[in-house]
Amino acid sequence: MQSTRRPKLAVWKFGSCDGCQLSLLNCEDELLTLAGAVEIAYFLEASTAVTEGPYDLSLVEGSVTTPHDAERIQEVRATSRHLVAIGACATAGGIQALRNLADVGEMTRTVYAHPDYISTLESSTPIAAHVPVDFELRGCPVSRHQLLEVVSAFLAGRKPLVPAYSVCQECKRRGNVCVTVAHGTPCLGPVTQAGCGAICPSFHRGCYGCFGPTETPNTAALSDVLRSCGMSGPELVRIFRTYNTGAPAFAAASAAAEKRGGPR
Amino acid sequence: MPSRESDIATPRLVIDVAGLQSLIDSLRGDGYRVVGPTVRDGAIVLAEMSDVAELPRGWADDQRPGGYRLTRREDGAFFGHSVSAATWKHHLFPPEVVSWQARVDTEGIHVEAPAAPARYALLGLRACDLAAIAVQDRVLMQTAHPDRDYAARRERALLIAVNCAAPSGSCFCTSMGTGPRATAGHDLALTELVGDGEGPARSAQVPAGAERNDAGAGHRFLVEVGSERGAAAISALRASPPSASDLDAAAAVWSSAAARVDRSLDTAGLPGLLMRNLEHPRWDLVAERCLSCANCTLVCPTCFCVDLREAGGLDPRHAEQHRVWASCFSVDHSQLHGGSMRWSARARYRQWMTHKLATWHEQFGTSGCVGCGRCITWCPAGIDITEEAAAIRATDGLTGPPTRARG
Ligand code: SF4
Ligand code: SF4
Ligand code: SF4
Repeated sequence: MQSTRRPKLAVWKFGSCDGCQLSLLNCEDELLTLAGAVEIAYFLEASTAVTEGPYDLSLVEGSVTTPHDAERIQEVRATSRHLVAIGACATAGGIQALRNLADVGEMTRTVYAHPDYISTLESSTPIAAHVPVDFELRGCPVSRHQLLEVVSAFLAGRKPLVPAYSVCQECKRRGNVCVTVAHGTPCLGPVTQAGCGAICPSFHRGCYGCFGPTETPNTAALSDVLRSCGMSGPELVRIFRTYNTGAPAFAAASAAAEKRGGPR
Repeated sequence: MPSRESDIATPRLVIDVAGLQSLIDSLRGDGYRVVGPTVRDGAIVLAEMSDVAELPRGWADDQRPGGYRLTRREDGAFFGHSVSAATWKHHLFPPEVVSWQARVDTEGIHVEAPAAPARYALLGLRACDLAAIAVQDRVLMQTAHPDRDYAARRERALLIAVNCAAPSGSCFCTSMGTGPRATAGHDLALTELVGDGEGPARSAQVPAGAERNDAGAGHRFLVEVGSERGAAAISALRASPPSASDLDAAAAVWSSAAARVDRSLDTAGLPGLLMRNLEHPRWDLVAERCLSCANCTLVCPTCFCVDLREAGGLDPRHAEQHRVWASCFSVDHSQLHGGSMRWSARARYRQWMTHKLATWHEQFGTSGCVGCGRCITWCPAGIDITEEAAAIRATDGLTGPPTRARG
């Protein structure tokens, strides 16, 4: 950085669990370097001390689920030079996007003693559905390694190196034995974007799809593979409806499985 | 020392199981890290080892398109399995290495060379693995700009092949002229002889816990020496010259293994066949099934594509570049100014297969495929390169919309 002024970083929270912000706090070793490279100007999860905007880089966690948040994200955008959406909520609506498939009024009446106190939207939507976003970092939660890469890239004015290919690539580089081929375990790795380091297959579990769809996900072909691993129709509907249920490719795969039906 | 005049290509001798352990011990004593097959997570994988007990004794494998299962065999063979799940690329051309790093301080920029790589003795290479290493040697070393890390690893490595006795359902080395017997590229080549004159050719699925022969007397290895380095490695071992029956037993292992390879790929005019069928509808059919997951390229022992990634992190005084395995199944692999050349799965599968079987010949003077069958077994969708090539051969010249009838 040429200028003596350190760039200002802001971290914002919308409808989310705070897990992605924790990934940033988990950076431990790198956090000091980060604090040296940027002024952490707004990060309530870490400090109540707040510096006024505008901010050079805003990291936004969470989805938009309330009328208030729909207004607030406009303000965040207006005060941010670069805005990066982080995590499955901010990039696909999160697990709370399951509401998009249901009657929110009915759910509110069932769950809350005083539903009239609740002000909420019919749907949970990603940040990009409301304002222009400079980059979307996937994951539930995001990988701290990729998060640091994104921050470094924006500080250096270059493109972040965040591959959009499959989890299988990380899985094979790790030298894992494929759980689908060798054990018949259903795995979403072939259609899920890399980033986690293939954690679940490393522990003999199939991938759950936390990082959302790859660049060109062939969910139809994978659904055939999952069925041949013994997944039932309803299971297939559900496996695509988790953290990234709102991601278009997963939503379509789930809907296709629902339409096709199949044995329980 | 050898007793048969007709087929003496290399010095031959015989060691027993204790001799194999002594070989491992002496290699380790000489500073080698010995890597060989072992059972982990339901498959034969490769791992550093110090004891013959870590070898997959009594295990075999059943491989088919998109499927892999371990099975038991009753003869107690150490090497009665087929090709390992992962390849030896993990040791000679690892998934990620630091290619260089640099630091800047008040005195200037200091570029640091990466640390010298480990010295490996690779035990249990199959004939197709040796052929694949020869292909990678050609691509990565015999060029104007050799890959320094690969060259350093290769130069230090000792290659100990074990001749196949039990090829799997995915193997087609006989079509590619690469196996199942190791004939070139090894420092040592072993043939396992389990008990009186019988190689580990008879595999059987027996229920877990069933009795199996203990290896005791008679379990031995015919050792063929392929290089001076190989000769030095066994010079201190207790070995005996092979008897006529040892040689007969070894020959029986070689021929029965070859007879057991039942998958085939017709290579006659194959490059021309594929290159004149670039618009064949079969590519559309395979693209419907292909996940673009890249497993086939990453398990292939000859695939060599890598990315060079900046990995310096936040500290502006430090720069670092890593060489990381890449795949032609990624969209950005063909990124040029303005976008990717190969957005469709059709284009990417076609690129992969035509490179392996056709354009590799022009580029490197060999096939890019050695017939190990790993891409067939480890494709989650069970896509089979031999079946795809046969389908195009059966309908040479076909164009137009795809038809679902398997040709
Ligand atoms: S275990 Fe899953 S992520 Fe790993 S290679 Fe197999 S399908 Fe891909
Ligand atoms: S293309 Fe397939 S069969 Fe041929 S060498 Fe590669 S992995 Fe083995
Ligand atoms: S051929 Fe198989 S292993 Fe290769 S990219 Fe396609 S689905 Fe994946």
